[in-house]
Amino acid sequence: MPIQILMPALSPTMTEGTLAKWLVNEGDDVNAGDVIAEIETDKATMEIEAVEEGKIAKIVVQEGTEGVAVNALIALLLEDGEAAGALEGAVDTALASAPPPAAAAPVAPVAAPAPAAAQEVAPALAAASSGGRIFASPLARRMAQQAGLGLTDVTGSGPNGRIVKRDIESALTSGAPAAVAAEPLAAPATAATSTPMPEGLEPAFDFEPANSMRKVIAQRLTESKQTVPHFYLTVDCEIDTLLALRKDLNFRSDDYKISVNDLIIKACGVALRRVPAANASWTGDGIKRYHQADISVAVAIEGGLITPVIRDAGGKGLETISSEMRDMATRARDGKLLPEEYQGGTFSISNLGMFGIKQFDAVINPPQGAIMAVGAGEQRPVVRNGALAVATVMSVTMSVDHRVVDGAIGAELLAAFKTLVEDPMTMLL
Amino acid sequence: MAETSFDVIVVGGGPGGYVTAIRAAQLGLKTALVEREHLGGICLNWGCIPTKALLRTSEIYHYVTHAEQFGIKVEGASVDLAAVVKRSRKIAAQLNGGVGHLLKKNKVTVFDGAGKLVGGSAGARRLKVEKDGKAVADLVAKHIVLATGARARSLPGLEPDGKLVWTYKEAMVPETKPNSMLVVGSGAIGMEFASFYKDLGAEVTVVEVMDRILPVEDAEIAAFAHGQFEKQGMTIHTGAQVTRLDRAANSVTATIEAGDKSSEITVDRVILAVGIVGNVDDLGLEGTKVKVERSHIEVDHWAQTGEQGIYAIGDVAGPPWLAHKASHEGVVCIEKIAGFDGAHPFETRNIPGCTYCRPQIASVGMTEDSAKRQGHKVKVGRFPFIGNGKAIALGEPEGLIKTVFDEKTGELLGAHMVGAEVTELIQGYVVARTLETTEHELMNTIFPHPTLSEMMHESVLDAYGKVIHF
Repeated sequence: MPIQILMPALSPTMTEGTLAKWLVNEGDDVNAGDVIAEIETDKATMEIEAVEEGKIAKIVVQEGTEGVAVNALIALLLEDGEAAGALEGAVDTALASAPPPAAAAPVAPVAAPAPAAAQEVAPALAAASSGGRIFASPLARRMAQQAGLGLTDVTGSGPNGRIVKRDIESALTSGAPAAVAAEPLAAPATAATSTPMPEGLEPAFDFEPANSMRKVIAQRLTESKQTVPHFYLTVDCEIDTLLALRKDLNFRSDDYKISVNDLIIKACGVALRRVPAANASWTGDGIKRYHQADISVAVAIEGGLITPVIRDAGGKGLETISSEMRDMATRARDGKLLPEEYQGGTFSISNLGMFGIKQFDAVINPPQGAIMAVGAGEQRPVVRNGALAVATVMSVTMSVDHRVVDGAIGAELLAAFKTLVEDPMTMLL
Repeated sequence: MAETSFDVIVVGGGPGGYVTAIRAAQLGLKTALVEREHLGGICLNWGCIPTKALLRTSEIYHYVTHAEQFGIKVEGASVDLAAVVKRSRKIAAQLNGGVGHLLKKNKVTVFDGAGKLVGGSAGARRLKVEKDGKAVADLVAKHIVLATGARARSLPGLEPDGKLVWTYKEAMVPETKPNSMLVVGSGAIGMEFASFYKDLGAEVTVVEVMDRILPVEDAEIAAFAHGQFEKQGMTIHTGAQVTRLDRAANSVTATIEAGDKSSEITVDRVILAVGIVGNVDDLGLEGTKVKVERSHIEVDHWAQTGEQGIYAIGDVAGPPWLAHKASHEGVVCIEKIAGFDGAHPFETRNIPGCTYCRPQIASVGMTEDSAKRQGHKVKVGRFPFIGNGKAIALGEPEGLIKTVFDEKTGELLGAHMVGAEVTELIQGYVVARTLETTEHELMNTIFPHPTLSEMMHESVLDAYGKVIHF
């Protein structure tokens, strides 16, 4: 008869909790006293130990499931000599006899009674529990615990792969802009599930477990596309004058090196000062109109992207913007950005021009109201006074949240931006 | 036909150089070592080791002349200076021979002479070895590690003359015991000699240009030591400079200026301990991409210089100027060269510093002020020797053990100690820092009783309000 592993009560008053992490896999042998999982309430985290010896036959409640009632069945243990067949119906009977779970929390699909649907456990689980000890220095462990960071997400650079202080520090700074404190692992199953490939038709692959940054990017951008009503506005800007201005400025001194992107950031900042209605955020019951434009600038880094913020971009000189961008981009690539440097921001810019992209539509970073996607400046035919001419043209597409910025305002912003980019001297006004 | 082509040539046979050469040989590299004067370098021959031998004599003389507190009657004790010096030279010679033996055992080819880079290219660096103007060997190697060390700095007007104005070298082999001594500079070297000569019975004056003695140590520890030295009868001037030395036949009159006050003292001998300069001359660095900044060779954390295949370690590569830093730096450098899997740059903050004067001083990590300046909110623990049974039983009730923790993470940011035997105790805190221990592990470590080391435990407890014995 399979042994039921039930959700324990961490205190006499606890009614439900989160099954935060499994430390064993289906098929693992366990001895009495082995730590098999971690349970969390809002007060504490506790480890649960196996009370009996056996093999973990079935994990019934997935890692990350919240609202698991005390005494709910979370796993089944097969004793020595028991065959898997003993599982048949065991889950049914267990669920039938257990008290009904308190809240209908989003329990992941696998908790369904049919034991035959031995659905491959969500990739996150398989990757997470290697079954062995994680080697980390006492300081690193404490820092990780204080930051709510799981040690399985961190690669150790110390002796024998030990996780040390600098690994925790770099894991914390390379986290994507997760303004919300919620642990990425506790995110609803929508972020974790994906449609699997049809049986037998999938070619060989290498699996890379999602790190914190990837999980957060996945969760936030999915949320953005699902909940924000996006619409898109495009303008083409002639940038010959801008490029000449840049060349001239850079020629004058070795103390700075202004990039085209720096000029775009400045133009965007000034444009947002002129059309402040576009520098806003939807709160659910109203609109926040910010008093300054803090522009998040997307920077590609190893394994993902991060957005260092230029605060009050419209009020800063080009040299300041340039040196801040250079400093933050370097530190971003080294994983050394501080949270206050990449969190917040009221507007975003993403520039794929250096990769030759002509035009693209970016995904808004909630809770911002818009994002500007900048393409490559290329020689294109243009019409001037009825005649064909050639100019360097750059396509810029703004994705806008229709709840906070309507078409007209969006168009006004883009027009202001285009004017500034095509006639950069006007940025001085 | 002598071997001239090697995988690695180490220039300099001090604690940096010879350790690097031995490690290189362990890793299977064909290694040569070039030393122009004496194996073991300054440390073994005219530094660390002989001074500790001398300080042992002064320590024992101190006990002997205060033996009645232990119930022992001693009459007619005196110091035979020649025998004291002879002992220290004998110990240096013994260890010098020992290094030669270790290099031979590890099959490192040793060249006697001064090494100089003479061109070549990446992968085939050429080195010329000369002695007394004559060529000794022309060598070539894939990698050259410069471990040429440093020498005493001299100040204009205060140049050592080997007779009345001494550097550490002359101070180690006095022919007669000076009755009065002026020590210029209160770093480790200065204070060790000050302590040695004081305990042998000389009148000692120390002059320090910074506003406190032992400027690199934690301020509270340095202040404690200062109090102890003054109690012993040393005269200490801080924020002061020696601006003039008038040398007579057998004495020196020094002008000491502090602010707008000026005074003069006349002493038998002066010891100059005002820092060191790296030995970067005559190495053939001109024309290479090796950068020298203020007499030190610039290196990265793998000891690589600006020129590929040329490395620098130890005193010549900058502070801290400590033998154990040189040795570790050399090991890290050579392990990286050899592609050793465990190669790992060390954390500079985990290098302990020890000063063997009386009372001894030892420290590792950040001082309290330094931690605060870097934005840490700190918890500080202090435990005085007077609260420790063993210290009192030993008759050494004066001392302090101070620990500095980061309030948020519990990281041991620094540990600073002054008192008897602390140079042997500090290793516990160094191990703790290297392992990234927090206060939790230290509090849960059982220190033996009765020992001085228990104070290390109590200091940690004190930082968290849990001290028992004070």
